[in-house]
Amino acid sequence: MSGEPIIELRAVTVPSRREGGRISTEDVNWTVREKEFWVVGGPQGSGKSDLMFLLAGLNRPASGAYTLFGQDMTQHFGDEFLPCRLRVGMVFDDARLLNQLTIAENVALPARYHNDLHADEAETWAGALLKATGLGEFAGQTPGTLARNWRRRVALARALAVRPEVLILENPLRGLDARHAAWWIDFVPQLWRGHELLRGKAMTMILSTDEFQPWRAAGAQFATLELDSRKFVLAGEHAPEDEWSLPQAADEEGT
Amino acid sequence: MPPSFASFIGRKIIRGFLTVHGLGAFALITAGVMLRKFGVARHVIHPLIRAHLARSGLRMLPMMLFISFALGLVVIGQTVVLLQKFGATEFLGGAMIAVVVRELGPLLTAFIVLSRTGTANVIELGTARALGEIEALEALGIDPIHYYVVPRVIGMALGIFSLTIYLIIGALGSGYLWAFLQDVPLRPGDYFAQLAEALTALDFIILALKTLFFGAIIATVTCYHGLAQPLRLEEVSSATVRAVAQSMVLCVLLDALFIVLYLLA
Repeated sequence: MSGEPIIELRAVTVPSRREGGRISTEDVNWTVREKEFWVVGGPQGSGKSDLMFLLAGLNRPASGAYTLFGQDMTQHFGDEFLPCRLRVGMVFDDARLLNQLTIAENVALPARYHNDLHADEAETWAGALLKATGLGEFAGQTPGTLARNWRRRVALARALAVRPEVLILENPLRGLDARHAAWWIDFVPQLWRGHELLRGKAMTMILSTDEFQPWRAAGAQFATLELDSRKFVLAGEHAPEDEWSLPQAADEEGT
Repeated sequence: MPPSFASFIGRKIIRGFLTVHGLGAFALITAGVMLRKFGVARHVIHPLIRAHLARSGLRMLPMMLFISFALGLVVIGQTVVLLQKFGATEFLGGAMIAVVVRELGPLLTAFIVLSRTGTANVIELGTARALGEIEALEALGIDPIHYYVVPRVIGMALGIFSLTIYLIIGALGSGYLWAFLQDVPLRPGDYFAQLAEALTALDFIILALKTLFFGAIIATVTCYHGLAQPLRLEEVSSATVRAVAQSMVLCVLLDALFIVLYLLA
C-alpha cells in the first residue's frame, strides 16, 4: 500500500452505457495505487464493463467523485484530459479495431498519431509489439480476417503502443479457447511486474472477469460487483468463490 | 385542419429545427477541430486527406468525363434548336456559360459525388460507430472528428472543386463538337471567343466558393449522420437516406443563395 494513489472513487454511481438513466453500480469507494493489480469479478450484467469504461474516462459518473492521476474526471472531457488519457490503456473485450486498417497499422496508429510519425518510423515499434504478442504473421492482414482470439491480442498490442502506466482490461478471457486464455493468464502478470517490451517498468493493472479462478495465482487484489444489490465490494488478496458461475451457466443452458 | 395533421406538421417542424441545430453544432465543432488541430499528427492526417481527395476526385474522373461529354450534348442539343429559330447562334457560348459553368456543372458534380462517396461516408462511419470504433479512438486519445471528419471535409471539398473544373472543360469542349455535328455555322475560334466573353471574374470566384462549400456541406452532413448519434447496425441504411436527402436540400439552398449573390453583384 505504499504506492501513490492513481485512481480514487468516492461514493461513485456508475451509469449504464447501454440503457440511459439506468444505474449500474452504486456507492463505489475504491483507491487504486501505483503498480497494484486488481481483478474485478461479478456475474454477467453486474456492471463490470460499465465500471471499466468509467475508469478509462469513456463514461462519466452519475454522481460522486472520480480522480485519475489527480485530475477530476467529472470535469475533464476535452483536449486538456489528453496527457492523462495517454497514461491509461484500455483493451475492449470485442477488440474494437479499425477495420479499414491492417493489423500493423492498427497497432502503430496511437504511436504515429501522438508522436506525428511516418508509417515507416513507427514500423520497428509496431513490429516489436506484434512479436511480443505473437501476432507477427498477421501484420498485413485486416481485422476481419482474424478470429476473436487474435483480435483481442491486437487490441492489447495497440493499447501498449503509447506505453501506458495503467492498463484496463475488459474481461480479457471472455470467449477465448484454452490455449489463448493460458497465454493471457501468463502474459498479463508479466506486464504488471514489468515486461522488457516496456523497458521493465511495472504497470498498474485492472481487469474485469467472469471468474476469479484463473487469476487466483496472479498475486492480484480482488473486488466483486454484486448483481442484486448493485454494490462494489472489496475482497482483498483472497479471491472469493465464483458462486455465480454455476447458476449462470445453468441459466444460459436453459435459454 | 384535422388535429392529427397539425400534430404531424408540428412534429416535422420541430424535428427540422433539431436537425438544423445538430448539423450546425457539428459543423462548428468540425471547424473548431480543423483550426485547433491544424498541424497535429500531420503524418497521419495528410495521407488520409490525400486518400479522400483521390476517392472524391481522381477515381471519379473517368465517369465525370463521360458525363461531361453527355452534358455538352444535352445542353447544346436543346439550345441550338432554339437559338437557330431566332438566328441567335452567337449566344451559344453565353448559354453554355450560364447553364454549365454557373449552374449545372457544380450542382451535378456535387450530386454525383454525394451519391457515390457521400453515401459511403455514412455507411463507413455509421458502421464504425455501431462497432465501437469511436470509443476505441477516444480511449487511444485520438479525436474522432480529427481522424474521421476533417480529412473527409477537406478531401471532398477539393475533390468536388477539381471534378467540377474537369466537368466544365469537358462539357464546353463536347458542346462545340455536338454543335459542329448539327451543322451550326460556328468556327471554333468564334465559339471559344463567345465563351471567353461571357465569363467574368465573378464566375471564377463563385464557382470556387460554391464547389468548396458543396463539398464541405456533403461531407459534414454525411459524417454527422454516421457519427454524431449512436447507431445500431440496422439503422445505418435509414441514416444514409436522411443524409442524402438533407445534403441535396442544403446544396440546392446554397445554390439559390449564390444565384441571389450573383444577381446582386
